[in-house]
Amino acid sequence: MTDPKTLSPLDLETPDKTFLDANELVINMGPQHPATHGVLRVILRLDGEKVLGLECVIGYLHRGVEKIAENRTYTMFNPYVDRMDYVAAVSNGLGYCEAVEKLLSVEAPPRAQYIRVILTELNRIASHQLWLGTHALDIGAITPLFYTFRDREEILKIFEKYCGARLTTHAFRIGGLQYEAYDGFEKDVKGFCSFVKPKIDEYEELLTTNRIWLERTRGVGVISGKDCIALGVTGPVLRASGVRWDIRKAQPYASYKNFEFDVPTGENGDTYDRYIVRMAEMRQSLRIIEQAVEGIPEGPIMAKVPKVMKPPVGEVYHSIEAPKGELGYFIVSDGSTQPYRVRVRPPSFVNLQALDLMCRNQLVADVIAVIGTLDIVLGEVDR
Amino acid sequence: MVAKYKREYGSGINALTYLGQNYLEVDRSLIPEILQLLRDDEKFDYCVDLTAVHYPNREKQFDVVWVLYSFPRNERIRVKTQIADGESLPSSVPLWATCNWLEREVYDMFGIKFDGHPDLKRILLPEGWKGFPLRKDYGILQQDNEWVQINLGIESGQ
Repeated sequence: MTDPKTLSPLDLETPDKTFLDANELVINMGPQHPATHGVLRVILRLDGEKVLGLECVIGYLHRGVEKIAENRTYTMFNPYVDRMDYVAAVSNGLGYCEAVEKLLSVEAPPRAQYIRVILTELNRIASHQLWLGTHALDIGAITPLFYTFRDREEILKIFEKYCGARLTTHAFRIGGLQYEAYDGFEKDVKGFCSFVKPKIDEYEELLTTNRIWLERTRGVGVISGKDCIALGVTGPVLRASGVRWDIRKAQPYASYKNFEFDVPTGENGDTYDRYIVRMAEMRQSLRIIEQAVEGIPEGPIMAKVPKVMKPPVGEVYHSIEAPKGELGYFIVSDGSTQPYRVRVRPPSFVNLQALDLMCRNQLVADVIAVIGTLDIVLGEVDR
Repeated sequence: MVAKYKREYGSGINALTYLGQNYLEVDRSLIPEILQLLRDDEKFDYCVDLTAVHYPNREKQFDVVWVLYSFPRNERIRVKTQIADGESLPSSVPLWATCNWLEREVYDMFGIKFDGHPDLKRILLPEGWKGFPLRKDYGILQQDNEWVQINLGIESGQ
């Protein structure tokens, strides 16, 4: 454990106090903590209950995924990718498969792209539902957790019927899909859409106008749009600060340009706005799913990719809009069957940098709310 | 845009495209200026990613890559530079605050130092770890046995 006396001074401007000032307290919110969503260590500098600054220590879940990638072939690395953001595993697979497809200059056939979009949007709803349940639980509202997890089960059932796994799905393959949509896939998805609409209304009923919720989340963890862009924060956090930017609209991939959907934004950039934005995103995802399920084209589900994949020498960067933000893959190929370097640009890692700025001059309890609202997954932060 | 810079910097900067993605290869000495110009004049206000690649057989072993995105232009660009082992780069933290942790990670994994970084220390690996894992000459079966013995009290992690 680090000796507090050797802590390096926090960057960003801090009040002018020496370390041994009697009012200041350094507290460790250790890696084992029920509200840090994984193994995250936060070192807080407090003046009573007010946070003067904080420092995140990460790396407790570092598994060296980028190093592993250099020793696996492109197809062999596919399952590893799900394990990074294990909450929303399908998007990770989509980003990686699309990046490698770009390197190989193949495009997945339209039927595969539509089914990919359906699974990815279901995954987005599932991820937001888990976020809502755990975030509300951290703040103290215990009921939404049970509701969201119960409804999330329906999505996981669809994933299980489709590819056999609920959590780390490995749903996509390079070049398309491996499994054809099972009999009854469309019926299940349509049934799910009509099932979950009133449920989202139920979550909103519990929280949106709830006085305690408003007190705990209004004005907490405010970050401006300009700071978000400077810090590289993306995803719902950026949109709640007023910047209307979504990679699905700005640089569309995987047949998203065929669907009509809005990009919700907030105004104040506080925790309440991030909550509203994510709820609205769930509804927009439902819209996309409904449109996609109506028009799944017939055709093959796998493009012609060679069994032994040797992309030409070169590099590519491809990013998608994961539920947490911009998930990017930078793959360098040296012409052999194994990638030379795979770099994953994790949204949670970059978003977590903003924690210090968002928690200045707030109370300790607000730190918990802000960590929850940033929606980080430590598997992605540490890889 | 690139033609303008080529005129100014001559051979120090080179613009290429691969698979529809534009990237600039810049000499190490021109890097601070070019990055500043890209941010201020060309409005690349968002640094998406900063990473490095190790080519041990080359004279200049490391390729440091910045991926930048411009909101007003909806355009992405990569800036690559080659540096030798032991050379350091000026930090981009004054330009984009997001480079703080990104540079720490490049230092942690490759050992490339950034001058002027407010707090350059290991981020993913524990403090006191020896070696830079993402380098190609880091044996994968090797683990920092000294760190493991001191801190975990066991013979070896393997």
